[in-house]
Amino acid sequence: MTESTTTSMQAREIVKARPAWHVMLVRPELMTFILLVIGIYVGSLLSPFFLDVNYILRSFTLTAELSIAALVLTMVIISGEIDLSAAANMALSAAIFAYVQAAGVPMPIAIAAGLLAGLAMGALNALMVIRFQLPSIIVTIGTLIFYRGLAQVIAGDRSIRVPDWFIGVNNVLIADIPLPVIIFVLVAIVLAIVLGTTTIGRQIYQIGTNPIAAKHAGIKSNQIKVGLFLTLGLVSAVGGLMTASRLGSVRYDIALGGELQMVLMAMLGGTYIFGGRGTILGTFLAAWLLVIVSTGMTVANLLPAIQLTVLGVLLVVAIIATNFIYSRTQR
Amino acid sequence: MNQLRAILLRREAGIAVMIVLFCLAVGVVKPNFLTLNGLRIILLLVPLVMIAAMGQMMVLIARHVDLSIGSTLGFAAMVTGMMFRDMPEIWWPLGFAVAIGTGTLLGLFNGVLITAFRLPSIIVTLGTLNLYRGLTFIISDARQVDRQYIPSALKAMSQTSPIFGIPWIIFMAFGVALLTYWFVMHTRVGRQIYALGSNPEAAPLRGISTNRVTILVFALSGALAGLAGIMYASRWGFVNPSNTGYGFEFQVIAAVVIGGVSINGGVGTVLGTILGVLLLGCVGAALPFLGIPGTSQNAIFGAVILIALLIDRSVRSRGIAPLSLGRKRT
Repeated sequence: MTESTTTSMQAREIVKARPAWHVMLVRPELMTFILLVIGIYVGSLLSPFFLDVNYILRSFTLTAELSIAALVLTMVIISGEIDLSAAANMALSAAIFAYVQAAGVPMPIAIAAGLLAGLAMGALNALMVIRFQLPSIIVTIGTLIFYRGLAQVIAGDRSIRVPDWFIGVNNVLIADIPLPVIIFVLVAIVLAIVLGTTTIGRQIYQIGTNPIAAKHAGIKSNQIKVGLFLTLGLVSAVGGLMTASRLGSVRYDIALGGELQMVLMAMLGGTYIFGGRGTILGTFLAAWLLVIVSTGMTVANLLPAIQLTVLGVLLVVAIIATNFIYSRTQR
Repeated sequence: MNQLRAILLRREAGIAVMIVLFCLAVGVVKPNFLTLNGLRIILLLVPLVMIAAMGQMMVLIARHVDLSIGSTLGFAAMVTGMMFRDMPEIWWPLGFAVAIGTGTLLGLFNGVLITAFRLPSIIVTLGTLNLYRGLTFIISDARQVDRQYIPSALKAMSQTSPIFGIPWIIFMAFGVALLTYWFVMHTRVGRQIYALGSNPEAAPLRGISTNRVTILVFALSGALAGLAGIMYASRWGFVNPSNTGYGFEFQVIAAVVIGGVSINGGVGTVLGTILGVLLLGCVGAALPFLGIPGTSQNAIFGAVILIALLIDRSVRSRGIAPLSLGRKRT
């Protein structure tokens, strides 16, 4: 009896657990962090602006909306799905909000209309993916075109102005920090707690790791995924309203191509494209990394088109690197 | 009788009926639509999409997707246009070789990345979509290649006709479709594309090299996008770094999905794809006739894709694993 127990214990010891430092350090977030440090260092050589915290914080407000949505997108990707329509959602919810308020409807109702529109778009994605069992990548390419197209129908080729008092969320400072940055940090903390410590958070990882095992474990995968799509829809709408406030007007092409940046943030932060792995911390760091990179490119006077190239290369490199790290640290 | 029934039950018959009904409905409201002129407008919208759709069809059949074709088209058109501008005395048909060659290289790059690192095609091509677009700006210095630099013989291909007043590029598009039909139906490699898409696990067990077929479909998709690139220069007479091919991938994917090519891989026909392209062309041509502003075109395309997905879902057989981001590395 005792002998068999010892053998089984010995057998268990043969597969050595990775040492704690290894688990702590060999992970994609570390790569993101090191890149961030290198980015700041290189940037500070390019221009003294980089050591000015206020300048970095102000630059961050330019992509804060995308970054906030990217945090939720990270959770969607961890659960094994993807949503490419979030940036188009921003444009459509902002367009609906702007159109309704320009028609003379009171602002609170217009804001509610924008948020509801975002929620409805999330619901349409969820309906197609969960109820009709269609692959989320193709569905959200379809809804990306559809939402952006509707925004174009509503706003046409003109820009719709928003009231003066609504303009300038990026200029609101609380303790010298722009409001969008504070919102981003708060959302990151809340989502990190949800994903890292709650039952639902752990279930999201399990759905992404092995959907069939998750089903047998009694996890309500569909409900959780619907919840994630709805949350992303709502958060995208909030992002759309923030963009409207920052720009002071709404055009159908706001956040155009934003899906690339969002997916890029998640990938750079070490989220595994096949689901099951990734952290909010990673995406949080990657959002700052992207700000450093794009600010650096602006300071270095690179054309926007070249910046596009760099982002495209970064995306491909980031997913190769994460896949490599994960293949080395498999259970 | 049974044969007739079988023909009518096919997916292609459904699309053909939709095209006829749609055109008749528009024709009732605006009789001008059903004249030769209306037909001409439809046919001129079609060739670029049809050529690229043949490549995208093969990619989808292999259970992948290529989002980068719009940028590939733009890059190939720009390389060709700049060659015409900087070397005016060059023999102009050489432009076809340059455009197709450039497109093939970009497609190969996609295919190699996807197979070498086992990455999901959607993410890789989302990256290269932006990469190729940026490169187009870089090589062109963000300048347009203007009308006077495009050889008039090339531009004439979109206007002059060998027969029946139908321009050359339409014949070329249908020629590419015929070749694709022969390739996917009657060659060993063509059948392997279907085998790979039907069951990626079983294909290697039957001696099919998954990587080689995958790289091949992306190279073909790039080559056809390159061909569409020089035809863009022929059709519009200029190449612009930001407009040329922008958003083209969505039209093409819409046409292919409407044409009954399954997003789950393994299913799709050339005839269906042609009909999908024609239906989209009819919708695009009808908008100005009906007085619907061009701004609503994208919303309609998006809605059509979603509807096509739902139809696809309702007719597809059970038990096929849906297209996922790819296989998990374990």
